[in-house]
Amino acid sequence: MQTKPEPAVVGDDLIEMSELEVHYELRGGTLSRLLGVGAGTVKAVDGVNVTLRRGEVLGVVGESGSGKTTLGRALLGLAKSTRGTITYRKPRAGGEHPEQVVSKMSARELRELRTDLQMVFQDPHAALNPSMSIETAVGHPLKIHGIASGEELRKRVAAALERVGLSPAEQFMRKYPSDLSGGQKQRAVIARAIILDPEVLVADEPVSMLDASVRAKILQLMLDLKADLGLTYVYITHDLATAKFFCDRIAIMYLGRIVEIGPTDEIFADPKHPYTKALLKAIPEPDPHKVVPRDLPRGEIPDAASPPLGCSFHPRCPEAVAECGWESRDLRNLLEEHWTRQDPSVYESEQGLVGDLGVLDKPQKRVTIGKGADSARVRQLLDRARAENPSEPLWRGVDEVRETEDGVEVVFHKGYDPLLRPSGGVEVACVLYPEPVTPEPARPEDDRHGS
Amino acid sequence: MTEMTDRSASTATSGGPVIDARDLRIWYGTDRGPVKAVDGVSFTLRKGEILGLVGESGCGKSTLGRGLLGLLPEGAKMDGQLRFNGEDLLALPKKQMFAKRGAELGMIFQEPLTRLNPLMRISEHFEETLKAHEKRIGKAEIERRSMEVLRLMGIPPTRFRSYPHEFSGGMRQRLMIALSLVLRPSFVVADEPTTALDVLVEAQIIRILHDLRREFDTSLLLITHNLGIIAEACDRVAVMYAGEVVEIGDARDVFAEPQHPYTRELLRSTISLASTGLNFIPGAPPDLVDPPPGCHFHPRCPDAMNVCATTHPIQREMKNGSRTQCWAADLRNGYAQDLTPEQTTPLSREEISVADEA
Ligand SMILES: Nc1ncnc2c1ncn2[C@@H]1O[C@H](COP(=O)(O)OP(=O)(O)O)[C@@H](O)[C@H]1O
Ligand SMILES: Nc1ncnc2c1ncn2[C@@H]1O[C@H](COP(=O)(O)OP(=O)(O)O)[C@@H](O)[C@H]1O
Ligand code: SF4
Ligand code: SF4
Ligand SMILES: [Mg+2]
Ligand SMILES: [Mg+2]
Repeated sequence: MQTKPEPAVVGDDLIEMSELEVHYELRGGTLSRLLGVGAGTVKAVDGVNVTLRRGEVLGVVGESGSGKTTLGRALLGLAKSTRGTITYRKPRAGGEHPEQVVSKMSARELRELRTDLQMVFQDPHAALNPSMSIETAVGHPLKIHGIASGEELRKRVAAALERVGLSPAEQFMRKYPSDLSGGQKQRAVIARAIILDPEVLVADEPVSMLDASVRAKILQLMLDLKADLGLTYVYITHDLATAKFFCDRIAIMYLGRIVEIGPTDEIFADPKHPYTKALLKAIPEPDPHKVVPRDLPRGEIPDAASPPLGCSFHPRCPEAVAECGWESRDLRNLLEEHWTRQDPSVYESEQGLVGDLGVLDKPQKRVTIGKGADSARVRQLLDRARAENPSEPLWRGVDEVRETEDGVEVVFHKGYDPLLRPSGGVEVACVLYPEPVTPEPARPEDDRHGS
Repeated sequence: MTEMTDRSASTATSGGPVIDARDLRIWYGTDRGPVKAVDGVSFTLRKGEILGLVGESGCGKSTLGRGLLGLLPEGAKMDGQLRFNGEDLLALPKKQMFAKRGAELGMIFQEPLTRLNPLMRISEHFEETLKAHEKRIGKAEIERRSMEVLRLMGIPPTRFRSYPHEFSGGMRQRLMIALSLVLRPSFVVADEPTTALDVLVEAQIIRILHDLRREFDTSLLLITHNLGIIAEACDRVAVMYAGEVVEIGDARDVFAEPQHPYTRELLRSTISLASTGLNFIPGAPPDLVDPPPGCHFHPRCPDAMNVCATTHPIQREMKNGSRTQCWAADLRNGYAQDLTPEQTTPLSREEISVADEA
């Protein structure tokens, strides 16, 4: 059995990401124009600052859609950054570290970068060409970089296969992906990633598609390789349990942002961001005394093309307060949730009263519902919904509910988009952890949404 | 703990078991000979009970689940006894065997999107399902019954006429569950229903499955390779290895004190928040055309004795109430006292290569 490795001697800064953004422009944005969201931009990575230190394992954790893969791809220059920089300090003999900015690299320099930075993808079945033998697949990087050929190539492929446990290598070289189990395929993918003797391995959910019983084996292999080859890892996962075991530092991502980052021990001993807490609570544990958790965040990760105002996590956050960015779309969710608890007849009459919910889909801080209906009755409906669940966080963010000439206007509290700020031994982006010195929020939400 | 009272209430329900399988065998004909995917499985499932079925890939879990519903592919054969609410389905003529399917038997799949028709509104999916079994059902009744299950799954009535692609992954799985429950079946199989979902959404779905018994009398067979899910959602657990159920019992008892070495090693190899080390079972489950003699697990078992390589263990009731088939568990529980010292000597085996894995 391998116990958790001693924290490696973590060295100099290797890669520095500064204000990194990867935005994708969506085409044909009729819908997004209708909804009034910034012309269909998916902010896959939206202002990330983090420095990877030589020899460490940095975990990047979050649900799918939070931007983890895009971040990993940007590191390798596979996804184009739309703002910010990635600086790579290539370690050289003699202690010199010339700086290279990934976004300014030429095609040739990028090719060279990829001899130092390699990626292992989530799906080993898709990562291997079914018509390519394992020998050809694993030797491919050596060939395209013109590093080895012929007998030398063969020898290096065999060594890489042995190193990842595909032994005897001679036997595996002749095989095709379909002859291998899921775990064996992932070993072959890892062999291909280490064959150029890289500095950094970006492992994108390397075990999440594998049977639970195979995961420990592959993680063990990655630990062995790290020790043998002096690798630095970026370990991307949605599973905090493996991250806890595997990582020195953890960055929790949500909708393109890092919302909490710090040493693994601190994150687990005292998780601060409500999203981190939720992820921790949700892990199904094989503990006979644990019961199904009841107080988990509702809903799912929202569409990155039209993120919530204020703190992106606020629609799901059990701890949200008035300043978290409440807006019209939250009211729509509230009404829909309310109707899942009503009889069909009540639903029909109330729905008729409120009218088209579409007016709530465009993010707004004041919105009028029930146009043309009896405003007193619309207001009563909101009161009923509130009485039904008074602890609903949305109500904390409602400043005013007003009957007007053409309906009922709901006015939401001014919200903030929290920045990542130091708190204890970690950094966290949540209004509950304000900057210790400057009390004023540094960036109002309008900056981000440019409305 | 409230969960405890829940449990005893549900298991104490009167009446016979919903599912009573005895010595069930399912095999696939192949060029290399029959694949014995389910090989002598016996268990019962009571009304409202959730039985977890766990084991590595290739152990026969999906085959068993599909076999119980009569959903086996062409070329698969089934034998043994399978009583559904008292009636032996396998004794009936082939045509009638699973005629009840759909109305009384339900299935929840891993990938809901591949099971929903992208061109049909949610309302139409419900209409189709309900009409298939109740030809004369009216529009209002369809709407009432569909909306009711949707509501219980937390899907707002405003979404009733939406198309599948308008739903998020978690919502689609809720839809799938709602569709399989709208006919109020008495038995449902869920095959890895959360494997494709993120951890928070997975937890929401597990909670829904766990709470099914509050609104439905459905008995559930929950197939997963995630032991954490079993611990949280199930009353009982069956551990499957190489086509056999090697241990079955109350989930808490089995997790607290696993009797079979396979169960114990599976638990040890699960990476959880409490893990301080990486453990794994060397090797992979065997080829089910030609599984190892004796105990099928013996080539991988840390506790294997000489007897294990030659003689198949018998399923017996252990002190904690679980049923287990293992010679070592027998000895600990006061059975198999006539084994000779030669038979109980630790088995010496070749080392298993690290990459021999599932
Ligand atoms: N090439 C692309 N074009 C447009 N949107 C993309 C592209 N790649 C990723 N996205 C979007 O960016 C967001 C983040 O995706 P991704 O980086 O894959 O997250 P994760 O790996 O955490 O699941 C998602 O909303 C995704 O749909
Ligand atoms: N249609 C089929 N034809 C032949 N063999 C099959 C078929 N389906 C499954 N098998 C085999 O049956 C065994 C059990 O498979 P399965 O029931 O899918 O296990 P699990 O769900 O536990 O992964 C495996 O060896 C598998 O290869
Ligand atoms: S700022 Fe903090 S409290 Fe507010 S919604 Fe975000 S995570 Fe929750
Ligand atoms: S019967 Fe023997 S080999 Fe099989 S599980 Fe028990 S001890 Fe291990
Ligand atoms: Mg990804
Ligand atoms: Mg299966």
